[in-house]
Amino acid sequence: MKIVVAIKQVPARDSQLQIAPGGKWIEEDDLTHEINEPDAYALEAGLQLKEKQSGEVVVLCFGPERAGQTIREALAKGADRAIHIEEEEMGGYDPLAAARVMAEALKAEAPDLVLTGIQSDDLGYGQTGPILAELLGLPHATLIMEVETNGAGIRVKRELEDGWFQHVEMPLPALLTIQSGISKLRYATLMGIKKAKSKEVKKLSAAELGGKPSACITMDRIYLPERTKKTQVFEGDPKETAAKLIEKLKFEARVI
Amino acid sequence: MSILVVMEQRGGEWNRMSWETLAAGQQLGRDLGVEVSAAVLGQSIDALAAELGGKQLAKVYAVEHELLAEYTPDAFAAALRQLAAQSGAKVVLFPHTYQVRDYLPKLATSLSKVAVSDVIGHRVENGKLVLVRQLFQGKVNSDTRFASDGPNLASIQAGAYRADLLETGSAAVEKFTPQISAAEVRTKPQERFRESARAVDLGAAELIVSVGRGIKEEENIALVQDLAKAMGAELAASRPICDAGWLPMERQVGSSGQTVAPKLYMAIGISGAIQHLVGMKGARTIVAINKDANAPIFEVADYGIVGDLFQVVPELIAALKK
Repeated sequence: MKIVVAIKQVPARDSQLQIAPGGKWIEEDDLTHEINEPDAYALEAGLQLKEKQSGEVVVLCFGPERAGQTIREALAKGADRAIHIEEEEMGGYDPLAAARVMAEALKAEAPDLVLTGIQSDDLGYGQTGPILAELLGLPHATLIMEVETNGAGIRVKRELEDGWFQHVEMPLPALLTIQSGISKLRYATLMGIKKAKSKEVKKLSAAELGGKPSACITMDRIYLPERTKKTQVFEGDPKETAAKLIEKLKFEARVI
Repeated sequence: MSILVVMEQRGGEWNRMSWETLAAGQQLGRDLGVEVSAAVLGQSIDALAAELGGKQLAKVYAVEHELLAEYTPDAFAAALRQLAAQSGAKVVLFPHTYQVRDYLPKLATSLSKVAVSDVIGHRVENGKLVLVRQLFQGKVNSDTRFASDGPNLASIQAGAYRADLLETGSAAVEKFTPQISAAEVRTKPQERFRESARAVDLGAAELIVSVGRGIKEEENIALVQDLAKAMGAELAASRPICDAGWLPMERQVGSSGQTVAPKLYMAIGISGAIQHLVGMKGARTIVAINKDANAPIFEVADYGIVGDLFQVVPELIAALKK
């Protein structure tokens, strides 16, 4: 089975974010970046499928040069090769424009299965997977917990709301978005890191795939949310803040 | 120009987020000075359509087809593409449910559009609609606009608009039968199921102490457990804790777990991603303990301690025991 896992590099989860002058995006310069965590689960699902079924896992990443580090880490974890669509100016691409570029690269690969995370931790649209499916004419399902082959197709376990689940069957090729947290993420081994150095990373430019910034939705500005609720915040000595909080809960909120 | 709200139901039961989205639709309609209609999809939906007819709407579309009885992205996207054209709506709103997240991007792409997903509010500036949504797990907001003509699509986050502000009225029901062939429906959904009966009903708990990623290691859970015991509270957690197996899934609060509304909800080491907030923001008093002063959990908290939970929690236990 040939599996392509689409991954994205995003600012590390615990980053302190500052809005850049102009208010269009955040200050990226001092941030560290890492794989979008939901995509790490998609990669893990892909690697596990490959171990069961044999085949190939190809990592696809649309992002600036610095995303090369995240791609190497995915190769070190066991992906066989990678495609890096390089673009330094990601800001002009809305989710559809970005997916169009990725879809071009995917067409040339003709995978059996395309996997990705349920959403990105930065923009958070949660749309790239189903958009890719529509552009490629593939059936899809989102929030997938388990994947098993079923004759010529697959049977997946999909998460619904409020603790409900559902199995869904579909033919291949297909696209799935993988629910986060469904399995333990593997670490790269020393051997894996060594091997990753010689694995193929095919570099393409967005332009040669016909990519061009376009936006049918535009972000006018970004900003830190204003507090709508009046929060009484205590800082400082742990003993004093703890005592103050308990007092407030007892005598002001009267909940304990 | 008009607005269309797509409601969600399953087996004759509304998804309650639909009413919030309908309220959002009515408010947008008032702010933009345009008509609002609503649609319900499925099979045998007469009663649901009639109920919608009791709201202040221009029209109710009852979109019926046997291939809409059970949800599939192919059939729903096909039906809604046809409905969008039929209704002529310039803005189509959806509740941001798991189902909508599954088909809305596909529908939008087939119309060469991008949906604005997970909207938490709106403004009208110079007659143009500005939608507010969150980035970076709720740490940053953005003002987003549609850059092209309609139909434009957006989904509304749970809790962003109040269903109790819905205006009643009387609207005619129009039946709409989309053209869908069984051959174009490629996925085959099976019966829905639950993994196991829930032994813990967090929904009934008056006091909840909840733990998140900030706890770092499984063995540290005991610290928060001690606090819950000292308070006489139920122990709950955000999703990553349950995914890691540190606490059972039945103790998970959030969109994929339980929705709770206790007297007191104390969030310890929980940053407050929206998936968690939707499960607990109905609590009467919310306390947040987090080392990051910018964590979104402080947005909903009544009281907060910015500090190291490993120092603060033992002091809380000590203060309670006094």
